[in-house]
Amino acid sequence: MFKYSALFVALFAPFAAHAATDEDLRAIRAQIEQLKSNYEQRIQLLEQRLQQAEASSKNAESTAVQARAEVQQASRPAPSSEGAFNPGISLILGGTYGQLRQAPAIPATGFAMSANPGHQQGFNLGESELGISANIDPSYRGVATMALSPAGGVSVENAFVQSSALGHGLNLKFGRFFSGFGYLNEQHAHVWDFVDQPLAYASLWNNQLGEDGVQLKWLVPTEIFIELGGEVGRGRGFPGTDRQKNGAGSGVLFAHVGNDIGIEHSWRAGVSLHQTKRVDAVSDAVPDLLGTVGGVSNSFSGDSRTAGLDLVWKYAPNGNFTETNFKLQGEYFRRKESGLLTYDTAAAKVTDSYAVTQSGWYLQGIYQFMPHWRTGLRYDQLDPGSAQVGALNAANVIGSYGYTPSRSTLMVDYSPTEFSRLRLQVAQDKSRQSLTDNQLFLQYIMSLGAHGAHSF
Amino acid sequence: MQKILYAFLLLFISGNTYAAINIFACEPEWVALAQELAADKADIYSATTALQDAHLIQARPSLIAKARHAQLLVCTGAELEVGWLPLILRESGNPDIVPGRPGNFEAARSVTMLEVPTRLDRGEGDVHAEGNPHIQTSATNFLPIAQALSARLAELDPVNAAFYRSRLQDFTQRWQAAIARWEKQAAPLKGQPIVMQHKAFPYLSAWLGLKEVATLEPKPGMEPSVAHLSKVLEQLQRQPAKMVVRAAYQNPKPSEWIAERAHISAVVLPFSVGGTDGAKDLFGLFDDTIARLLAGLNH
Repeated sequence: MFKYSALFVALFAPFAAHAATDEDLRAIRAQIEQLKSNYEQRIQLLEQRLQQAEASSKNAESTAVQARAEVQQASRPAPSSEGAFNPGISLILGGTYGQLRQAPAIPATGFAMSANPGHQQGFNLGESELGISANIDPSYRGVATMALSPAGGVSVENAFVQSSALGHGLNLKFGRFFSGFGYLNEQHAHVWDFVDQPLAYASLWNNQLGEDGVQLKWLVPTEIFIELGGEVGRGRGFPGTDRQKNGAGSGVLFAHVGNDIGIEHSWRAGVSLHQTKRVDAVSDAVPDLLGTVGGVSNSFSGDSRTAGLDLVWKYAPNGNFTETNFKLQGEYFRRKESGLLTYDTAAAKVTDSYAVTQSGWYLQGIYQFMPHWRTGLRYDQLDPGSAQVGALNAANVIGSYGYTPSRSTLMVDYSPTEFSRLRLQVAQDKSRQSLTDNQLFLQYIMSLGAHGAHSF
Repeated sequence: MQKILYAFLLLFISGNTYAAINIFACEPEWVALAQELAADKADIYSATTALQDAHLIQARPSLIAKARHAQLLVCTGAELEVGWLPLILRESGNPDIVPGRPGNFEAARSVTMLEVPTRLDRGEGDVHAEGNPHIQTSATNFLPIAQALSARLAELDPVNAAFYRSRLQDFTQRWQAAIARWEKQAAPLKGQPIVMQHKAFPYLSAWLGLKEVATLEPKPGMEPSVAHLSKVLEQLQRQPAKMVVRAAYQNPKPSEWIAERAHISAVVLPFSVGGTDGAKDLFGLFDDTIARLLAGLNH
């Protein structure tokens, strides 16, 4: 129907137009003008709306981008920390094979009254070490290291709380920790460069001095590194003797200075003092002037004062330790002990004064000659000193041995990654008079779990 | 004796006479960025150089001494410095720069991380839980990092906030122009197959559209063995690459071994500011990187 009417209009409209007057035409023009302007306005409005819509959609897009970025930020894990809310747990697995010519129980000549950690022969599961550490709260960090001995049993090697929240370069540590004197003392066995500790550490510190106590360190606000530290402790670690007594049983003071020379060299040097009281410290199998078979047991009570010097210097071409590097380190300790010695606690029991100054030093160089491979050479020496023995014991106790114990050690190790290390070590040990020992060791050290940063 | 005493006193005082904000930057690229954003308002110390592997830095006494004075620590984060920085922070006795404080800035927190491992296992080598930390190899990453760092500077040093804002604006403009230029220059690199010595360039590859076809390290952080290199060589004979790429601090031998046998060019990239003579600043870093890649392509 519509089609027809449209056709009709189309047919007749031209004729009608012809018939229209000028007035009509003007009216029609006016109407068209009106329509036009109307549409133009509308079109403008529409264009405006379109622009607005476009703009808002762009805005929406950019907010979406922003939101996405924020989501990415939010979904990203928190800044690296030692295992977020779970403490960092690390386990060190170590073992050795030792081939010795002499019985490891024999102490260095002149050091029968000192410690003798000795060595293990044959296949031996070294100390496995379980470490747990984490921030306790914003102020404190806790560290515990348990040594699992191969024979069974667990001993607390370290268990301390540390706080650097005091600011001003102060660092507080309390609990059981390795004393901060010297260079090697604070380092755990798995980072030692040789299978064993230097003779000076073995004889004068029973490998390592651990204390129950408090340590305060202050980093002096200078451009170069100057650190001053002090400790008071129970005195349980050798040369101290464990005690049940108020107050402090031992005290340590140390200072470390260090800096870089260019980007390739860096060094640290230190001095330390240690003081403790030994009470009824019993030593078995001490040789005497009478030549008692198997030696005698002596007991010593008195003061023990030790002074030490330490130096470490590291070098790497371009300061890049990955390829090749060299480390030279040396330490010297001198201990003065004076007090009363009871000779032969089992039978004679003669007590008189006794004073001796003993010392020991070592110098070692470790060279990483290619990535993952290192070799090291160490020389150590002890001086048993000449004891001033009280008149009553002059005929019993050996005052001077006239022998200088020494040892030369060579090692090669291979570390496929920073978590595993295999080592071969040979040594000629002349620490015992006329008992030269050619030693061979094989060792593995593996670390699992959290692996903390290593100290310099 | 008196002279020594005065010298000592001077040492003490010198530690405290900083008018400018004291920045400890873990890597040279952050030194350069901080210089762009803070200019003379900052005193910046660089803990490492481009010729050192930032994973394996000794916790040197000098670093501890510098960290003690720092008001702002600018590091990559994402566990790159996990082997040495935590110890520096602990020993420095400076609670202002520990993680979580405004004085601790981790650049990796401002960018989208790539290669975030789905499986965390040391059997996979030296992988980082938060993703590949070598974020400085893409120029585009510097825009959000600059923005975040500038905001951090303004937060720590509000007196100069307007200055930092204007420096950021200036840097952003110049950097955006440079990115456009670099992308145009690097157009021929798009889709080109490359071999990497260490997985150190995912951000660069993603940015310029390079196609990483092989890695010389069998696992991240493990030294390339001859056995693994032979395997890579075999792969390259089937599926050729244009060049083998390594960072300036890395051993040249594995790259050269492959380059010689696969008849491709070995390209050394600055990796950070100071890695090559051309990489004198941030702009030079990318000028030189792209120039070296293009030279490798036309070899």
